[in-house]
Amino acid sequence: MVPLVSIAGLSVAFSGVPVLRGVDLALQKGEALGLVGESGSGKSVTWLAALGLLPRHAQVSGSVRLEGREILGAPATALDRVRGGRIAMIFQDPASALNPVLTIRKQLCEALALHRDLQGNAVKAEARRLLDLVGIPDAARRLEAYPHEFSGGQVQRIMIAMALAGNPDLLIADEPTTALDATIQAQILELLSTVRRELGMAMVLISHDLGVVAENCERVAVMYAGRIVEQAPSNQLFADPVHPYAQGLIGALPPLDGPRRRLTAIPGTVPDPAHMPSGCAFAPRCTLAAEPCGLAAPSLAPIADDRSVACIRAEASRRALLGIAAE
Amino acid sequence: MGRYFAIRIGRAALTIVLVVTFAFIVLRLSGDPALMILGPEAPPEVLAAFRKAWGLDDPIWAQYFDYFGAIAKGELGRSMRDGRPAIELVLERIPATLALTLPAFAFKVALGIPAGIYAALHRGSAIDRAVMMTAVAGFTVPSFVLALLLVLVFAVQLGWLPSGGQDSWRHAILPIATLSLGGAAVLARFTRSAMLEVLGQPYIRTASAKGVPWRKVVTSHALPNAAIPTVTILGFMVGTLIAGAVVVESVFAWPGVGRLLVVAVANRDLAVVQCILLLVAMTMVTSNLIVDFLYGFLDPRLRAKGAHA
Amino acid sequence: MSPPLVEVSAISRSYAMRSGMFGRSAAVHAVDGVSLAIAKGETLGLVGESGSGKSTTGRIVLGLESPDRGEVRFQGKPMAAAETAAWRAQRARMQMIFQDPLGALDRRLPVATQIREPLDIHGLGTSAEREERVRELLRAVELTPAHGGRYPGALSGGQRQRIVLARALATEPDFLVCDEPVSALDVSIQAQVVNLLADLQARLSLTLLFISHDLRVVRQISNVVAVMYLGRIVEIGSADDLFARPAHPYTQALVSASPASGRRSAGRIVLSGDPPNPAARPNGCAFHPRCPRAIARCASEVPTLAAVGGNRQVACHLVTGAATRDAA
Repeated sequence: MVPLVSIAGLSVAFSGVPVLRGVDLALQKGEALGLVGESGSGKSVTWLAALGLLPRHAQVSGSVRLEGREILGAPATALDRVRGGRIAMIFQDPASALNPVLTIRKQLCEALALHRDLQGNAVKAEARRLLDLVGIPDAARRLEAYPHEFSGGQVQRIMIAMALAGNPDLLIADEPTTALDATIQAQILELLSTVRRELGMAMVLISHDLGVVAENCERVAVMYAGRIVEQAPSNQLFADPVHPYAQGLIGALPPLDGPRRRLTAIPGTVPDPAHMPSGCAFAPRCTLAAEPCGLAAPSLAPIADDRSVACIRAEASRRALLGIAAE
Repeated sequence: MGRYFAIRIGRAALTIVLVVTFAFIVLRLSGDPALMILGPEAPPEVLAAFRKAWGLDDPIWAQYFDYFGAIAKGELGRSMRDGRPAIELVLERIPATLALTLPAFAFKVALGIPAGIYAALHRGSAIDRAVMMTAVAGFTVPSFVLALLLVLVFAVQLGWLPSGGQDSWRHAILPIATLSLGGAAVLARFTRSAMLEVLGQPYIRTASAKGVPWRKVVTSHALPNAAIPTVTILGFMVGTLIAGAVVVESVFAWPGVGRLLVVAVANRDLAVVQCILLLVAMTMVTSNLIVDFLYGFLDPRLRAKGAHA
Repeated sequence: MSPPLVEVSAISRSYAMRSGMFGRSAAVHAVDGVSLAIAKGETLGLVGESGSGKSTTGRIVLGLESPDRGEVRFQGKPMAAAETAAWRAQRARMQMIFQDPLGALDRRLPVATQIREPLDIHGLGTSAEREERVRELLRAVELTPAHGGRYPGALSGGQRQRIVLARALATEPDFLVCDEPVSALDVSIQAQVVNLLADLQARLSLTLLFISHDLRVVRQISNVVAVMYLGRIVEIGSADDLFARPAHPYTQALVSASPASGRRSAGRIVLSGDPPNPAARPNGCAFHPRCPRAIARCASEVPTLAAVGGNRQVACHLVTGAATRDAA
């Protein structure tokens, strides 16, 4: 089966400084994939690059295929049909994600006019239906309002409505709840999973929050310093992380129940993209690092069905983890 | 909305009162008009008579209230020099000034705004750098230097255009060019940075991610937002239409309001100076009001604030 | 039991806020009758969403703002009036760290100079002693003297927060108010700073008021946790117990909204409605419009914080001693 989207060797550099260093990723129709990693790991850049949304001075190479057709470097007219029509994207900051001087109706109908064959009153009716769908009460009246008249959670709902306007096959949600309060975050995540289920849409949920990703995605890819270091089904990743960085991330998360334990902090800091260590980028912070780690960057290799990891010490790491569990 | 404007207009009136008061005090404190006009050799009884005739021997607060009382009646005083109503002197100079400033304003807008937008959209390109260099030059070179430079090249060296006077439309070319170049540079710089700021906003990325073609992202998403700060500087430029040409009129011997002001200040011709200042303050304040109104029109966030009031 | 180091009794603070530029001004009750006690060497966690008044509470406790009503006692004595000598002496014993370390530091000064600043201000030690103390503080936050020579811009977010912490510790305070100290940091760095804070607390027997929206981090570091909603405490109790058996419907929703790794929570409580607006506080229980269990009484009568067994206190008409056991 041809994947919905397949990314191969995607690399991005800003003025010669590499921020994405060869990402391979495939996504099936209807699948929910989580992309986790700390700031600067390249999780947003991957999708901005795939959709041609990076500033012009970014140097992008590799391949991004949508149902087998290359879209990286495609002409603007072709990309404009993909963006919003096949792949929609929503962003983190609700306060500035909508144009402050245009009404919600203008911004929603603009998306509808671009991707749907609707005329006259049907456009407005569809805009109203979309607002209803995402749970904005009194949709007919609220269409004439401006973004500043909505709360952050409501703006994120409107962003979702706008993303749904083109009936996309894939929704990229880039930290959609990071700027929102906990109870509002729960509302938005619930909404996302409902519309995804109802529309059979695939979703990529980009988040720094492991918990958010675990709850809402079937499969998770962990990114570090511009590469994917581990890929696994969510439940397996959390029960049995293999890459030392994935282990570190999970260990660094304080538990909400059960006994309190000292957090296993990952020492050091994320490497500066301009001075990347040779070999594995995580080696300088890794407790299991051995000499060969500094020689060549490990590639993402399968270790089980549907699981892959980029670590030459994967076995040792797994044993270490089991050792801890046995204690 | 109504209250928003009532407050604005109240503030505008207060601004005018303050400007006029300030001008009144500074001019009264900076020298004796009787001495300035009649000269230090004038006999004391002549000076006394002059002061009495113009009310200059009254206490300063009495002069001040008389002055305001007169303004309220539409009476703006007479020139101490030739006794004609000050307003008449000023009004007959206004067309000459507008003949320079209005075309200059049009050129500024027609040159500066497109140049700024183009530079922002092609940031870092050769054209952007050229626009920016010209803009910085136009920004930093004082207008009298630019005026003299233009005179040197086009009047003295090439002999294409006259260096001063007001005899034909050809006399207006150099003054208008001087005024336009500097203003266009300021406007280009301003428009460019307003555009760049807007282009960096997340909602621009949202529009692109929706599949809006780039040309439409610029026209229907970026420009309306960039217009908001640009209107401020345009309003300021409208405010300088009456008296923004003081230096240029002096250099090119152009008989406009600016030159009248220079002469009147040198002579302590109080009524004329105050009349001009009142006019300047009023155009400034009016253009500010128009800007405020345009803000409300361009930015729904401000409109909402007015509506709640 | 020894008297608490910090005792907050029924503090209230409201602001006049205008709606729009020329709107009528309305009183916004940021904090309304909050009482807290923090025992020496312990940590009180304060959780809540934006607009809950948790940061204002922190600022009042530290004396950065004065309450309209109620008082704050430090070591049994009321806070001295601001800007007096007694106030300065008291303030040296209590410090604050914020979410944004870059905003709290001066970008134009080397960080060692900034750590030294409180020593200079309070005139502690000779010049040589101050230099030595700065080195000692840098070591305490697990940095090297070499870091001290750098400017804030040359440090990472986690390192900057360590510098802020070192500066806060310079005057050997007894009490530290931490307002979202790790919210801006990545998870792995967050864990470093949380561990460091816990170590320093144990070593220096610090007393902490730890303000955060992150339930996990709060639980990790706190002995007692108070949950705030629209300026009031709705539930308070020991950290483990509170998160394991939340009694107030709002606390239950918060705990339920905090995603747990590895499990998909069936029956997650999703509250309807917008985040609370302090300028338009509902009558009765402020939470009732969003509460899935609200009854008629909730709309008219403000529930008071009452003990429901153990050391738990809950402000909810539906929760009594028995109900807590039901909820568990």
